[in-house]
Amino acid sequence: MKKTLFDKVWDAHVVDTIENGPQILYIDKHLIHEVTSPQAFSELENRNIPIFRPNQIVATADHNTPTQNQHLPVRDDLSRHQLQQLAKNCKKNNITLYELGHKYNGIVHVMAPELGITQPGMTMVCGDSHTSTHGAFGTIAFGIGTSQVAQVFASQCLLLTKPKSLRVTVNGILKKGVLPKDVILYIISKLGTNSGTGYFCEYAGDVFENMSMEGRMTVCNMSIEMGARGGMIAPDETTFEYIKGREFAPKGKDFENKVAYWKTLPTDEGATFDKEYVFDAEDIEPMITYGTNPGMGIKISENIPNSENESDKKSLAYMNFSEGESLIGKPINYVFIGSCTNSRIEDFRVAADYIKGKHKAKNVTAWLVPGSRQVEAQIVEEGLKDIFESAGFELRQPGCSACLAMNDDKIPQGEYCVSTSNRNFEGRQGQGSRTILASPLVAAATAVEGTIIDISKQLA
Amino acid sequence: MEKFSTLISTTIPLNISNVDTDQIIPARFLKATDKKGFGDNLFRDWRYDKQDHLIPDFALNNNKYSGSILVAGDNFGCGSSREHAAWALVGYGFKVIISSFFADIFKGNALNNGLLPIQVSEKILEELFTAINNNAKVQFEINLETQTLTVLDTQIETTFDIDPYKKTCLINGYDDIDYLLSKKDKIEAFELQKTHSL
Ligand code: SF4
Repeated sequence: MKKTLFDKVWDAHVVDTIENGPQILYIDKHLIHEVTSPQAFSELENRNIPIFRPNQIVATADHNTPTQNQHLPVRDDLSRHQLQQLAKNCKKNNITLYELGHKYNGIVHVMAPELGITQPGMTMVCGDSHTSTHGAFGTIAFGIGTSQVAQVFASQCLLLTKPKSLRVTVNGILKKGVLPKDVILYIISKLGTNSGTGYFCEYAGDVFENMSMEGRMTVCNMSIEMGARGGMIAPDETTFEYIKGREFAPKGKDFENKVAYWKTLPTDEGATFDKEYVFDAEDIEPMITYGTNPGMGIKISENIPNSENESDKKSLAYMNFSEGESLIGKPINYVFIGSCTNSRIEDFRVAADYIKGKHKAKNVTAWLVPGSRQVEAQIVEEGLKDIFESAGFELRQPGCSACLAMNDDKIPQGEYCVSTSNRNFEGRQGQGSRTILASPLVAAATAVEGTIIDISKQLA
Repeated sequence: MEKFSTLISTTIPLNISNVDTDQIIPARFLKATDKKGFGDNLFRDWRYDKQDHLIPDFALNNNKYSGSILVAGDNFGCGSSREHAAWALVGYGFKVIISSFFADIFKGNALNNGLLPIQVSEKILEELFTAINNNAKVQFEINLETQTLTVLDTQIETTFDIDPYKKTCLINGYDDIDYLLSKKDKIEAFELQKTHSL
């Protein structure tokens, strides 16, 4: 039978099937962080169950960490306690932890691929919905709840019903200034926020084949925003090249054997999907969101469409936008470049390239938050830090930061923030904050102008 | 986990679609290391204003409504995987959530905490909202064994789907850990024959 990439990886991990019920899926790698793991550790402890495979777990601190003065003790009591709890739990159970300040510390979905922990053909989970990011490597990777974190702790397995398959194909060549972020915002704006629910999505076609690993991660990252459990892209030379030589990547003969196996993973010609969508690269332009879910996106040059229901109306009222309005010329006071969607070195290169020789607008507070310590080091090494600082941007230390505003990096009530993160939900970046999702290029341009501009015109 | 069999209760209507888990429990309340206390902050920013005063219009604050069944709009629970959302709903006292669509991860989290997500058609959902609108004290009866939802003193009765395995778990109060641990031998055997992906 012809199989999809997803089928091949899934089927290779099925331990057992319950009659009329779910399957037992084996999990190769389990990533954990401070926010969604403590209750799982206590659950096991209370029930006197040991952690089954501690060496298949990797921990980092990212959600709740400050992005300034990371060498000092964390000031917020609850946050500090949560971080200490993670350290205690990892120590007690022999789990590798890259804690705050460690050279490998970073946002879980940035540091794991960067270290070569993420590899094709694996199953990976984390108590975080954007675990879908790792699918960029041809990995089945998805977010789980804390009860499931406990299940994986106890058994290295999960009970799951196999999701259906969906393929999104985008062929052609992307226009200048159209970034991976625009591609995924475009797809979600067309398909809506729940079209993927119950599905695992494969992205195929020229656009993804020609994309860097960083770009593929940006795309797969946001699969969850159309409801899909995860996204995947077939591993190819770009993938192997990226993994080669990384800290935890297989070496020498082992690497060659792995590559030979990875090459068998792409979807067989003629395999069928439960649902398929096809788009044309030429139709995609720089995107921006105007509402309070990631599906409410338009091309920057378009006007806000008419509301279809009460929820849309509520959303526009929250954003203080009106139907038919254009966002071009809107004054913006906050810009955030960061989050597991867009905080890799490539994102900062794009931003620096635009910013070089310019200065941010007076009204704008612009935060640049790298995804990991390694990205931070690279920013310095490549001279991007100087570009950012002389342009008035603030380069902070790595973490989730204003993506979810659990730490002090909050956008004030009522303020707009053009953000490279993945969610524009009400209050996501701070109580009453208004988030506009965009690519790092659009974010950089907004910071320089102090208003939203039609970047495609400027590049033409 | 608590066992679930039948429930008769009045309801609280929340006719908003795409309710994401950031609204159910905002990130700033995720700093706890146990499962308790999240109910107090359920729908925090819809329930309270900036000065921590109750917003009287919001359904949970409206004296007309009470009960352990939440009737919600389409695509409930989208967004973050935080199980804190399920803990907050359970902590507040909900036992059942009805919607025309649930996000995957939320649905799993709810089931793992003995909170029953019932998916009905959009048409039925509308009828349910109308029934509550006509009589805020109308009672719903949920029978998990027969998988039926009945609105008492009306014509509305519908069946709902649930994974048979999950149904058994809820009725008996088991969870997945119990089941997985019973399969340890199979899991270990699988690890031995598995060659490629590690
Ligand atoms: S950066 Fe944002 S989306 Fe990514 S893991 Fe952190 S909080 Fe979640």
